[in-house]
This record gives sequence, C-alpha cells and structure tokens, in this order.
Amino acid sequence: METKEKIVAGVAEASGEVVIKIKGLCKSFGDNQVLKGFNMELRKGENLVVMGKSGSGKSVMIKCLVGLMSPDSGYVEVLGKDINNLDQIALDELRSDIGFLFQGSALYDSMTVRENLEFPMRRHRKKFEGITDTLPLVREALENVGLAHTMDLMPSELSGGMKRRVALARAIILKPKLILYDEPTSGLDPITSKEIIELMRSIQKKYGTSALIITHDVDCARVISERMILLVDGTNYAEGTYAELVTSQDPNVNAFFKK
Amino acid sequence: MDIKFNMVNRTKQFFMEIGDLSYFAARFFKQAVKPPFEFKELLRQCYQVGNRSLLLVVTTGFIIGLVLTLQTRPTLIEFGAVSWMPNMVGISIVREIGPVITALICSGRIASGFGAELGSMKVTEQIDAMEVSGTNPFKYLVVTRILAATLMLPLLVIFGDLIALYGSSLVEYFKGNVSFRLYFNKVFEALSYGDLIPATIKSFFFGFVIGLTGCYKGYKTGRGTAGVGIAANTAVVMASLLLFVVDFIAVFVSDIFYEL
Repeated sequence: METKEKIVAGVAEASGEVVIKIKGLCKSFGDNQVLKGFNMELRKGENLVVMGKSGSGKSVMIKCLVGLMSPDSGYVEVLGKDINNLDQIALDELRSDIGFLFQGSALYDSMTVRENLEFPMRRHRKKFEGITDTLPLVREALENVGLAHTMDLMPSELSGGMKRRVALARAIILKPKLILYDEPTSGLDPITSKEIIELMRSIQKKYGTSALIITHDVDCARVISERMILLVDGTNYAEGTYAELVTSQDPNVNAFFKK
Repeated sequence: MDIKFNMVNRTKQFFMEIGDLSYFAARFFKQAVKPPFEFKELLRQCYQVGNRSLLLVVTTGFIIGLVLTLQTRPTLIEFGAVSWMPNMVGISIVREIGPVITALICSGRIASGFGAELGSMKVTEQIDAMEVSGTNPFKYLVVTRILAATLMLPLLVIFGDLIALYGSSLVEYFKGNVSFRLYFNKVFEALSYGDLIPATIKSFFFGFVIGLTGCYKGYKTGRGTAGVGIAANTAVVMASLLLFVVDFIAVFVSDIFYEL
C-alpha cells in the first residue's frame, strides 16, 4: 500500500508530461508468467516502440493498458488515471481518449466501413455534442488514410492493407490523445508496411497524439521510434534510441537487429 | 488407471461446463435488464434468426406433416379409425413433434451460426475492439442474440405447425377425399388450450436454450480459427442435448398441471 502511494505521488509530480506510466506489471496465465515486473513511461507527443519476441508479453501489456486484461500486480496509469481502480463508466470515458489499432485490424465483419467508423461514436456522444451528422467525421477520418471511396464497402471487399488503414481511421475517429498500435505492420508486404508507417507519422503530426507501438518489425521501429524498450522474459531488457540499441554490443540486443 | 483417470477428468469437466453455462446464463439475466438497451441490434437479430430459419422450418414442417400422415394412414385404416387422422396429427404436431423438430432444426441453424459468428469475432479480436470502443460486447452481441432466439422460436414453431398440418391435409385431400375445411375443423376441435399453452411456453425455453448455448460456445472460443469450428460444432451438440432435457422437464411439469 505504502509503495503504491509512493508511486502515485511520483506520477503526480510529472503528470504534465507522462501519458502512460507502468510500474512492476506482472501477469501470469496458469504457470506461465508472461510479465515479470515490466516498467515503462510514455511522454506526451512521444513515439515509444516496445520490441520483443513473439510470446514475450507485448500484447498482454498493451491490453492491460485499456483494461482488456487485469494485471496480477503492478501499477498502470493512463492519461493520469489508475486503470485498476476505475469503474466501468470511468474506464469507458478514458477509452474515448485512446485509439487502438489491433494486430489483425479487427474490423466488424457484418458492418460496412462507414458503420465500423460510426460504431465508437455511439457510446461517446459527449465528444460530439452539437453534431447530428456523423458523415463528415467519417469522411475526414477516411480521407486521412486515403480511403474515402470505401465508405460503403464491407470489410471482406478490402485488401489486408486497406483493412489496416480503415482500422487506423477507426482508431482516430474519436480524436484520441493516445494511440496504441499492436503490431501495425504484421502480415503486410513491405510497401504496404511503409504506407502504414507513413500514415502513423502523418496522423501524429496532424493530431499531436502520443503513440505506443508494439512490434517486432525492425524497419517500423527504425522509422517511427523516438525511444525503444526491448522486452525480454517479461521485463525491460534494454532501453534507448534506435541508434543506441542498434550499436549495442549486448548479444541479446543484437539478436533483434540482425538481418 | 488411465480409464479411471479419464472418467474422473471428464466428469469434472462436465460439471465445470455446467457451472460455466449457468454463470453465463446468470450474466445474461443481469445484463438483459440493465440499460442501455440495444433495441436496433435486437430487431436486426430477430430478423436474422427468423429469416434465416424460415425456409428450413417450412420445408421440414411440410415433409413431417406429409410423412406422418402417409405412414399412419394404413394403421388407422386397419383399425377403422382413419376419420381420427386430423385429431391425431393435430395433437401430436402441436404438442410435441412441431416444437421439438423446429427446435432441433433451429439448433442446427441458429446455435451453430451464433457459435461460429461470435467465435470468429473473438479470435479476430472484434469483441476486444468493441469493448475498447466503449460498447459492452456481452450486451450488444450475446443478450440481443439470446433474446432474439427466445422471441422468434415460438413464432417459427407456430409457423412450422401450420405448415405441417397443411402437408397432412394435402394427403388427406388426395387420398381420403377430406376437404381442407373439414380437416382443419377437426384439428381445431381436437385441440384445447391445454395443448397450445404448454407447447408455446416450451418453445420460449427451447429458443432460450438454443441462443444461450450458441452464444456461450462462441463467446468462450479459444485456440484460434480451429476453435471456431469446434465452437459451432459443440454448440449444436450441446443445444440438441439440452433441448431434450428441457422437453422432458416441460412435459413432466405440464403433466403435473393436467393431473391437478
């Protein structure tokens, strides 16, 4: 209890800058302990990349940030709010300030592109007070990703890259302060991956969002990261800029950047 | 030793599944009465459930009516009781055959559909995406589907019963020269509220069981895309099995009321 209070006080001191603060995050699934005291801080306007091997707990960590999973222990603060102590209403309100791009796009199969984008707006009407027609907002979000012409198409009619771009449009439709990217380029060809990375950069420039990017794509990390954390065995193994990590002599760090 | 261990494990798993399903049902009742209500999605699901099953129910009902009449006819003729055909067919279809056959057909269609749909949404993280966007996925996906199945099944049963009776009347018309008017007059004379009400109430429970098992299996899907197939398959098996359990309980309870 005392430790937690100390952490909360520490966060308050830097509350103007810190968007995400994670301290000692632990999560197990049965006997398998995935996260073993992970720590992280993301500052306003920053692009932070968390890299790790498959199964290292990256996706678990990002899901703990939006309340999709509850940690076994540890402190998770997002946009100044302690995720573990929020009731459902407060959590939903906080989620309206967070955009989430899922690994497989996660577009709703039974809805058109337009309905997919309108879906998050139905529960966050407060953000759109005075706006009766959602079409301009949907169009703007789709124009940002260059897919305004797909509004009436079903997700099954889109290619993998287009789906990812529509998912990105859905992630920014609520004008979030923070965007979480879970493997934004996985399963895409190199050209489409580059396009997605460019879109991520242009969106950050336009809306001034902070971004946490989970990936094991080194090219993506090189282009987009301002700072990187290497997640190994459920803990922070190394931290620094791309240039610092890529020149590291540590064999475990080197293994990530070897082609 | 292995057989004993396997049996203990399977028994344990069976009771855990019953416990999980009961918890899922309790969660449904809790969420169903809590606002906000998803009326638009409920209507869409009612349309989907009714529309998707209608042709199957109509075809099956018609064939059941034909076959039942054709197969019973020689025996009734032998006993000189062929004039009782509309009464016999009417009562057996309305009381038992109609609701059970319709429910079984729908469990194949609806429960597997729910299982596959929700299962695929789960493995492709669409349910997570829904939660992140501030919508309660249980309320939006599960509550609406279970309610739709519960509300639509009695309507499908009534429709199936009428079509089965029509099929039976066709046989009587061509083979026994019985007019449609006379046939249906005799059917309605034979039926009482005691036949109609328990059968209708039973159909609501059938719908609930189908919706519940389909959603339960889909919502709890794991193990990637292979899990979706397993969810759809086990949803049908579980729903069909539970339908007979519910049918037995319903007949047992209505029998007590008859005696009273």
